[in-house]
Amino acid sequence: MAIDRATVEHIARLARLALNYEERERLAEQLARILEHASVLDALPLEGVPPTSHVIPITNVLRDDVVQPSLSREEILAQAPSHEAGFFSVPRVLETAAE
Amino acid sequence: MPPADDTARALRAAYAAGTRRPSEVIEDALSRIVARDGDLHAFLSVDEERARAEAAEWDERYARASGTDDLPALAGVPIAIKDNMCTRGVPTTAGSRILDGWRPPYDATVVTRLRQAGAIILGKTNLDEFAMGSSTENSAFGPTRNPWDRTRVPGGSSGGSAAAVAAGMVPLALGSDTGGSIRLPAGFCGVVGLKPTYGRVSRYGLVAFASSLDQIGPLATDVADCALLLGAIAGHDPADSTSARIPVLDYVAALQEGARGIRIGVPEEASGDGVDAAVAEALRAALDVFAAQGFPVERITLPTIEAALPAYYLIAPAEASSNLARYDGVRYGVRADADDLYEMYTDTRRRGFGPEVKRRIMLGTYALSAGYYEAYYLKAQNVRTLVARDFERAFERVDVVAMPVAPTPAFALGEKADDPLRMYLSDIFTIPVNLAGLPGLALPCGFDRGLPIGMQLVGRPFEEATLLRAAHAYERATAWHRRRPPVAA
Repeated sequence: MAIDRATVEHIARLARLALNYEERERLAEQLARILEHASVLDALPLEGVPPTSHVIPITNVLRDDVVQPSLSREEILAQAPSHEAGFFSVPRVLETAAE
Repeated sequence: MPPADDTARALRAAYAAGTRRPSEVIEDALSRIVARDGDLHAFLSVDEERARAEAAEWDERYARASGTDDLPALAGVPIAIKDNMCTRGVPTTAGSRILDGWRPPYDATVVTRLRQAGAIILGKTNLDEFAMGSSTENSAFGPTRNPWDRTRVPGGSSGGSAAAVAAGMVPLALGSDTGGSIRLPAGFCGVVGLKPTYGRVSRYGLVAFASSLDQIGPLATDVADCALLLGAIAGHDPADSTSARIPVLDYVAALQEGARGIRIGVPEEASGDGVDAAVAEALRAALDVFAAQGFPVERITLPTIEAALPAYYLIAPAEASSNLARYDGVRYGVRADADDLYEMYTDTRRRGFGPEVKRRIMLGTYALSAGYYEAYYLKAQNVRTLVARDFERAFERVDVVAMPVAPTPAFALGEKADDPLRMYLSDIFTIPVNLAGLPGLALPCGFDRGLPIGMQLVGRPFEEATLLRAAHAYERATAWHRRRPPVAA
């Protein structure tokens, strides 16, 4: 299982990770080795075997629709890297024509 | 303090009898941390002020109670908790730079329950970043060392908690276990550690790694203390919809029922290639101890066990890549300066995450990405079913499966740091238990050249009491659990 640099770059973009040259090279090699190890799964008789995503036999868990106190907004915003007027603030998302 | 006195039960009894006071015990523990932890680095933070204040309160309450003991089960007993469990207003790093300085606005449910039980949280312990690792070397704040041999790892990811208990700094600690992170360090440090059944303990406030596998559990110096701590943290929690509505037993009282009739199964696969001779020998001797006490011991087979490791290294990273998407520099934690939002995300994550976390995010993102989902992630989930069926079949014939915790005793610091696959192999016997959601208990069963060897007992879902009873019977017939590393002697 070979993983090329373009694949590593594509995955890094999906994962919102910036990687430098060495990291890309090393990850391409390491991911290939780990995935090769995973190829032993191909030898197993998996036909008709259902997947397990969760070991406990529950589906939807509902609670009564009753208002409960939530965490303090001030306390949460105090942990934010940047906030303004009661909101989290982030660098601009789009260029604006006015600038 | 003589070794016979260092259990939580002994402390609790001495407080009630008026022969010791919580304040003295907390001062002892704090001075031991000063003396021993500079070297071991089990703790990431110690909350002296709060611990002293709480101890003083318990001093008074015990004095007022004068003999009538209706105080809670852990009143005045010190405990350490892994730094991936949220403590309100107290830093919680998960071993990562990305959470450096963060103070959670709420307590994890286990923290609330510990406080209700009267425990004094002395500090937060070191771990592999986001609990991803088998050695505690992946902590962004430097590794923890094994109290038995400082050139060796304590195991991971709950290495700080196991080392703190083994070195006599605290009688009790909490860890979390996604693929062996309580049991491996318990085994490497010679203490007792239990990963409860998935759903036995609330995960609310546990920093998420792989949500279908993560579970919080106790570490202690003996089986009865482990039972005591499990009882304090287990139970349904409306804040975790995967926590089970199954009654919590009095696990300490259950030990008195004895262990007659518990049938032990030994998987053929557990003595194969790659298992150290000393480990195989220690396990054989442990089975002789069980047999000599009248436990039926028989051979069983877990044919899919070898496929559990590769399945886990698709499932756990896939879940992690999704869970760790929340570290984006927007709402909490560290943020990198950048001109636009995309660059802010990618730069925050580049600076905030260490190499193992990046590797797992990449692996998980790959396994979930278009075109690969069925070949990897879905196939791994099919294998997960086979692993669970192996155990179900075994539990038709036996009550407990016994196998090593790990194929070797503690390895040297740095020995596997550059080889992820070799590092992952440390968990071949613990990972299948998480995939099947079963309870697994690690306890010391021997030594090799001064290093502890751990035995693992695995049971049916929610049969923690059966594991504890079998482990208690073994412990009473042996003396391994009384050995202490030189630093704590």
